[in-house]
Amino acid sequence: MSWPLWEVFVRPGRGLAHTHVGSLHAPDAEMALRHARDLYTRRGEGVSIWVVPAAAITASSPDEKDPFFAPAADKIYRHPTFYPVPEGVEQL
Amino acid sequence: MTWFTYLLRLGDDALIMAQRLSEWVGRAPVLEEDMALANIALDQLGQARLLLSYAGEVEGAGRDEDALAYFRSDREFLNCQLVELPNGDFAQTIVKLLCFGVYQDLLYQRLAASADERLAAIAAKARKETAYHVDHARLWTLRLGDGTPESHRRMRQALEEVWPYTHELFEDDEVTDELAADGRAVRPGELRQPWRATVESLLREATLEPPTEDWAPTGGRRGIHTETLSYLLAQMQSVRRAYPTATRW
Amino acid sequence: MDSAEQEAFEATIAADSTIEPRDWMPEEYRRTLIRQIAQHAHSEIIGMQPEGNWIGRAPTLARKAILLAKVQDEAGHGLYLYAAAETLGVSRDDLERRLLDGRQKYSSIFNYPTLTWADVGAIGWLVDGAAIVNQVPLCRCSYGPYARAMIRICKEESFHQRQGFDILYTLTRGTDEQRAMAQDAVDRWWYPSLAMFGPPDAISTHTERSMAWRIKRFSNDHLRQKFVDMIVPQAEVLGVRLPDPALRFNAKTGHWEFTPPDYDELFAVISGRGPANRQRLTHRRTAYEEGAWVREAAVAYAAKAAARAASQSSGTAGPPRAPAVPDEVA
Repeated sequence: MSWPLWEVFVRPGRGLAHTHVGSLHAPDAEMALRHARDLYTRRGEGVSIWVVPAAAITASSPDEKDPFFAPAADKIYRHPTFYPVPEGVEQL
Repeated sequence: MTWFTYLLRLGDDALIMAQRLSEWVGRAPVLEEDMALANIALDQLGQARLLLSYAGEVEGAGRDEDALAYFRSDREFLNCQLVELPNGDFAQTIVKLLCFGVYQDLLYQRLAASADERLAAIAAKARKETAYHVDHARLWTLRLGDGTPESHRRMRQALEEVWPYTHELFEDDEVTDELAADGRAVRPGELRQPWRATVESLLREATLEPPTEDWAPTGGRRGIHTETLSYLLAQMQSVRRAYPTATRW
Repeated sequence: MDSAEQEAFEATIAADSTIEPRDWMPEEYRRTLIRQIAQHAHSEIIGMQPEGNWIGRAPTLARKAILLAKVQDEAGHGLYLYAAAETLGVSRDDLERRLLDGRQKYSSIFNYPTLTWADVGAIGWLVDGAAIVNQVPLCRCSYGPYARAMIRICKEESFHQRQGFDILYTLTRGTDEQRAMAQDAVDRWWYPSLAMFGPPDAISTHTERSMAWRIKRFSNDHLRQKFVDMIVPQAEVLGVRLPDPALRFNAKTGHWEFTPPDYDELFAVISGRGPANRQRLTHRRTAYEEGAWVREAAVAYAAKAAARAASQSSGTAGPPRAPAVPDEVA
């Protein structure tokens, strides 16, 4: 009998967002959290863990990949490198 | 000497627990559990090393953690008999971990306020680990107790096997009396009530009952063990004893 | 086959970008990856046994802790890899079964027995050393989940080879008996380690296509040579003799010449006739079978807990919390 699949998200430190680190199997959410701690934070990689049933994730279809993500691609002003920084200005 | 004895008891408990738990690595019911049991074994081993090193210093005869772990015989080991019991099936290991983990957690909580600063520091660090061990045992006790008829049956069987050995954990003697008097140690008897309250409510939540029989084997604190300990030590110490002239490994 | 999809796939590979789970990919690419990642995962899991064999007897408590942590890492790496394989549409349970009934392989090296404590050192130094040479290029493999798992694994494994070297280094500076133990272990593990890189390029069945798909970056013989070049100077520092009388430095090529491993032996071990194949699989099967009731209990509990939670949230009285065993049975 196999256990359901969970996706694991770890917050590597304060001030950072949870990031997907991988998946694991567990019979329920409580055990999934426990396994995630043992598997993905053995070396102190995280301060907080989320586990989500893999079946609960809705993903954009690969067929629609371009229309779905293309609008973001032309909004380069969302990226810091869009802005020229005059010489001598640090820590901007 | 009483202080040395007391530290040895604590260190031996952790060492033998680590040795038994590590036997699971590579054969646990799921790979995730290999990871979890290895974590707990590593915590116990870490505690054992701190405690045995300290014991060696207190003794003042030049024995370090390894001298104490590898060159004492079973009659010189002072762990409780509970930790040396063979792993049995997974249910038995979980019951052992529950009974011993709750005891150790309560003990370290109190020892964190020990009049001896070094032991207090060791206990404070260890306590963070034992809280996790108890939680792990709790999760599995619920799942096995309230899982399938088969798992429930095995948990009942495991309780019958392990429970008698829990009484020894709470025995006071002249060593603990003396050290409790000056605030360095805790009288084990004081832990019995909070231990029972925690363990029994958890067992009930898991649809299990604590066994009622009153057989209470004892002797570990005086170096009287079950027959299994000498086999455990024979394995653990085999390399060191086979090459007695080698000093560095 | 949709040629636009095929083109997009080829273009992604050509651009040295990664293929991700929901991308279109040729069936053969998928199959190759499933086979390779599963085999890699199985190797981590079976690989726990030869070293796990010595956790109980490690000669110092510090060594015991390190070895325990290392074997635990191997379980973790197996899990990362199974998770990567699962993104290709196979289930871990299915892969584990394929291992247990012999339909999928694992690295031949783990079918050799660990006979002394020095073997733990030799495995760390030679076997993990070979694994690292093999694995580092996989961090740039074209399949994203595999590459990411490998990055994590390589990072975590960096201490594994060092701890093996350190064990042997300590032994070769110890008593005569300890030195002999170290040499004996190196004698036994040298050729099986060389064989870990697989058959020679001339007869390797999968190499060419895997390289075209950038699953594999370098050929078996290339990596084997790299390993030998790395190990020879380390052996000198250790003070152990590599058991190859033909070993010599070729100043023209800048490489060490060596005697290749016995590939007939390699094929025999892969096909199940190595010294410890049966023990390894029996051990794994026993763990799997003896753990079945635990896995089932956890599923049963999860179902009960979910039912309790559902009935609570719907406001009705929940099902009574009955013991799992009817009274007449209990």
